Amino acid sequence: MALLLFLALALVALLAAVGMVTSRNAVHSALFMLVNFAVYAIFYIMLNAQFLGVVQVIVYAGAIVVLFLFVVMLIGGEIGAVRSSLRRYTYAAALILGALFVAMIGLGIAQTISTDQTVAGAPAAGGVEAIGMALFTTYLLPFELASLLLLAGMVGGVARRYKALDED
Amino acid sequence: MTIPLTWYLILSAALFAIGLFGVLARRNAIAILIGVELMLNAVNVNILAFWRYIRPDDPSGQVFAIIVLTVAAAEAAVGLALFISIYRTRRSINVDHLDALKG
Repeated sequence: MALLLFLALALVALLAAVGMVTSRNAVHSALFMLVNFAVYAIFYIMLNAQFLGVVQVIVYAGAIVVLFLFVVMLIGGEIGAVRSSLRRYTYAAALILGALFVAMIGLGIAQTISTDQTVAGAPAAGGVEAIGMALFTTYLLPFELASLLLLAGMVGGVARRYKALDED
Repeated sequence: MTIPLTWYLILSAALFAIGLFGVLARRNAIAILIGVELMLNAVNVNILAFWRYIRPDDPSGQVFAIIVLTVAAAEAAVGLALFISIYRTRRSINVDHLDALKG
């Protein structure tokens, strides 16, 4: 049952990912991204990381996809192919590199990780309480650095907009 | 019947490679950023699968995933602000046209 669910979800995730990187219209790309991120949230819940699943829906499916859609709305959705002689080679090279990468990783996984690795016996610390405890004690410094990063991102975004307004 | 760890790893490797293809093959900056987001998410699936299967009683794995998520959000916000700014000056966000630094 769980295996079938996993396979079905994996298929949806892969198809949505292919749709994301191949569709000509950026709005379609963003909507495929929404499907993809929702499937990730289900994977997280299947992995007993319920908090991450909820955060995934709020941050990615909520905030980031909407941000993408807003930007696409502002600068137009046509992201179609560029006609140039280099283009065909770029596509082929990217395809070959991507396939080689999967083959390499798959080989590495097959060689190093035994297939019968199952869930360890102890109950998973997937709850918000355990994460909060770790985040505010052991990982306090990375947490503060992440908040600094978010502040820098916010200031950067606002500063870009002010500069653009000045130029008008 | 539990799902083997390798399935998660292979799935996330495949998703990462699709994102890599998007980053390499697309010429539009927004499409490239979408590919990067796909790659970051594939990494998160990997982290959480390892957390669940190898060290489930230590929440460090989830903290890593949260930090990756934070970085992805900041990166998307700054990147999209930059694209709007570039679009206002160059009327295009095709990365082939952004060659001001080319020697």
